[in-house]
Amino acid sequence: MVRSGTLILKAAARLLLPLQLLFSLFLLLRGHDEPGGGFIAGLVAAGAFALYLFAYGLRALEAMLKVSPRDLVAMGLLLGVLSTLPAWWVGDPFFTAQWWTVPIVDFKASSPLVFDIGVYLVVVGSVLTAITALVKTDQQDDER
Amino acid sequence: MQLAVLGGFLVAGMAPLLHHWFGARTPLVMALLPVSLAAWLLGQWPAIAAGEVLLLEWAWVPGLDITLTFLIDGLAWLFAMLITVIGAMVLVYSGEYLRGHRDLPRFLVVITAFMMSMLGLVLADNLVTLFVFWELTSITSYLLIGFNHTDLGARKAALQGLFVTVAGGLALLAGFAMLAVAGDSWSLSELARRGELLRDHALYTPLLVCILLGAFTKSAQFPFHFWLPNAMAAPTPVSAYLHSATMVKAGVYLLARLHPALGGTDGWVITLSLVGALTMATGAFLAIQQTNVKKLLAYSTVMALGTLTMLIGIGTEAALIAFVIFLLAHSLYKGGLFMMAGILDHETGTKDVTAMGGLRRVMPLTAAVAGLAALSLAGLPPLLGFMGKELMFASVLEASAWRPLLLLLAFTAAFLTLAVAAIVALRPFLGTLRETPRVPHEAPSAMLAGPALLAVLSLSFGLVPGLLDSLVSATVAGIGAPAADVHLTLWHGVNLPLMLSLASLLLGLLTYRHWDRLRAWLARLDPLMARGPEAGYERLMAGMVAFAGWQTRMLQNGQLRNYLLTTLLVLVGLVGHALLFRHTLDIEFALSLYLHEAVVAGLMVAGAVAACVMRSRLAAVAALGVMGFSIALTFVLFSAPDLAITQLLVETLTVILLVLVLFRLPRFATLSTPVERLRDLAVASLTGGMITLLMLSVLSGERLPRISDYMVANSQPLGKGHNIVNVILVDFRALDTLGEMFVLALAAIGVYAMLRFHAAEYDARHPVPPPERDDG
Repeated sequence: MVRSGTLILKAAARLLLPLQLLFSLFLLLRGHDEPGGGFIAGLVAAGAFALYLFAYGLRALEAMLKVSPRDLVAMGLLLGVLSTLPAWWVGDPFFTAQWWTVPIVDFKASSPLVFDIGVYLVVVGSVLTAITALVKTDQQDDER
Repeated sequence: MQLAVLGGFLVAGMAPLLHHWFGARTPLVMALLPVSLAAWLLGQWPAIAAGEVLLLEWAWVPGLDITLTFLIDGLAWLFAMLITVIGAMVLVYSGEYLRGHRDLPRFLVVITAFMMSMLGLVLADNLVTLFVFWELTSITSYLLIGFNHTDLGARKAALQGLFVTVAGGLALLAGFAMLAVAGDSWSLSELARRGELLRDHALYTPLLVCILLGAFTKSAQFPFHFWLPNAMAAPTPVSAYLHSATMVKAGVYLLARLHPALGGTDGWVITLSLVGALTMATGAFLAIQQTNVKKLLAYSTVMALGTLTMLIGIGTEAALIAFVIFLLAHSLYKGGLFMMAGILDHETGTKDVTAMGGLRRVMPLTAAVAGLAALSLAGLPPLLGFMGKELMFASVLEASAWRPLLLLLAFTAAFLTLAVAAIVALRPFLGTLRETPRVPHEAPSAMLAGPALLAVLSLSFGLVPGLLDSLVSATVAGIGAPAADVHLTLWHGVNLPLMLSLASLLLGLLTYRHWDRLRAWLARLDPLMARGPEAGYERLMAGMVAFAGWQTRMLQNGQLRNYLLTTLLVLVGLVGHALLFRHTLDIEFALSLYLHEAVVAGLMVAGAVAACVMRSRLAAVAALGVMGFSIALTFVLFSAPDLAITQLLVETLTVILLVLVLFRLPRFATLSTPVERLRDLAVASLTGGMITLLMLSVLSGERLPRISDYMVANSQPLGKGHNIVNVILVDFRALDTLGEMFVLALAAIGVYAMLRFHAAEYDARHPVPPPERDDG
């Protein structure tokens, strides 16, 4: 039974959400060299959205997300599978990591990064799918 | 060619998009694909006619000897030609047949995908590739039979076809594996040269049984014939294409393809010719009891498939030539006849031949084309079918095993088929015009073009059989009669086969005359028929469902603690067995503990114990949380920040989930008896002890080189990352991670389905909800 939160929670959630999301992106991108990575970053992002959900309710969350969490899962899986393809193009065995350097910003782009983003999306999507489904069922029961 | 086939799948996937652009003309546009493939094949004809075998090499999984190499010899060429040409006609035809149908794009996707799978099947040189395409045809066939998915009968028929062919497919896979082991090669062209080695191999009998099971189920041989007539639930273009001209011939194709490698033994000859002959007679016998025009044709297809199997079984040069002619003739007339059946259905609104009559006045062109095709089915001169039947009789007369029985069955099948041809081609068109659900008109030209072309081909091949000489000799060369000098003629003089044909003509016409009475008389056999192979299939499926239900009730009883108990006991059993009996335990253990480490460990133990004995849910959860955070601390202490973060986040999410469900949970209660709690304690201690033992024995003594050393050393040079954990996750073990992503996604879908669909069901059943609330 989740009611929308108090004023303090609402204010905090509004301020924290961008920070948390930024932090999760930070964790995602630095994951290859420092602690972090798609799984952890995905959990952080899911936590951020859950906080927002508690503060503002399901409808607000859905309005903000615009896409269904289930579509996030699908997109993540698609990215994961797509990241296996560049190796095929070059002629390497299936799933071999490919690296490209983006010249100006000196950023290491790679197929593992694409894969990691896939992991990120799957984690965010799965957790949110579970949570929103729970909340929705809850609300329907309350309406009775 | 490989690119063309793989690209064809892409085109199939694009059908909805094409439909968006071209609308009702999409089938015509898509027909360009098979037409261009056919044109390419025609371009290869001079080489094929000269007896060359084209090998288009393409490595796929070189490590496992799996190639996408295509092999084009006469046999493959003939099949590929049939697939592409009839495929193009069916596409054009279906554009008219399904005009304005809501699901036309879906139909086009699946039928094009089928076309490409079938093409891959007949062109593949590698056993694995062939098998993959083989299964793809089963799946696409399933989707096409069940195209009308709101119809329960269609869904049931689709499932039946799928189960029968896929069960055969499993046997086939086993057979292929044994074949590859016995012949030491996965390549069909290589295996064809190792016939003697294979026939003397110890695995010959089992592999033959498995492969024959696969081929017989696919080609609807007795006693697996029942799925094919049921598959007539599919739209008629599908029946014309899959269930007469192409897919059901895949089994026959496989037998022909393997004839050089496996054929010629007693087991092969006797099994194939007897099963084939039996199928032939059964099909023809069951056909004349039907009044549904599609079922009539379906059973006569069963008959034709039986004939083909029998001819391969007989296996003499003449029989193989007869095989090729019969195959070609059958594809030409049966594809055409099915499309005619679709026209009749489309124009009159009924499939029952006894309800039609006198249609020759309203649709003269259709009547003419149907007549031509049926003449070929009946095996009357001067059509190709006549030649096929004459050659078939001639081959049966020189069969080495069971000749009288084969001849009897072949003769029965021949005159019954003649009756079927008469029923299909005469009954709807002669007599007085009957009233039908729809007022019939002449068929549109897009629907008539295909059958007309096929009928004309039947006629011209029959009149000028010399056209086929080089094709037939190139084809039989692939089946194991190399250098056959083929000179086909329509007229063989007055001989025994001709006499048999005449006799069957008379008997067939007699059967047609008395068909109504005969049918009534045969209806008395129905109780016997109800105990046929299909009943066996039904019983088998019912038994399987019952077994699955029992098994689910036993294993999946919904009690979490039972799952946990089973899982833990299995774990302890397996680990314990490996640890205690397969290795010698050698444990060095020296305790050196800092104070803070001891504190963390103590917290963990305290948390675990508290979680077990607490009498309130919140307290138990809090205790578990203490344990979780202590574990995270341990990770920190041993410098595994990634794991620590993950653990912390998971703990947090657990709290979130708990908040959501806490008020929903039933009142906290003790559900187990003291004895059960003792049992649980024992299992828990056993598990803990076993895992401790495992850890200790892993840590002491360096029996195996540690994989982590490799990871540490190669993380930066190979994975270009300093964070080893992440490099392992997304690079070294990325395939595992991909699998886990799918597991996670499945879990999310499972949660969603369980909560949402259950809720919807609940809403439907309880419109005025009096929910029992228990906020413990």
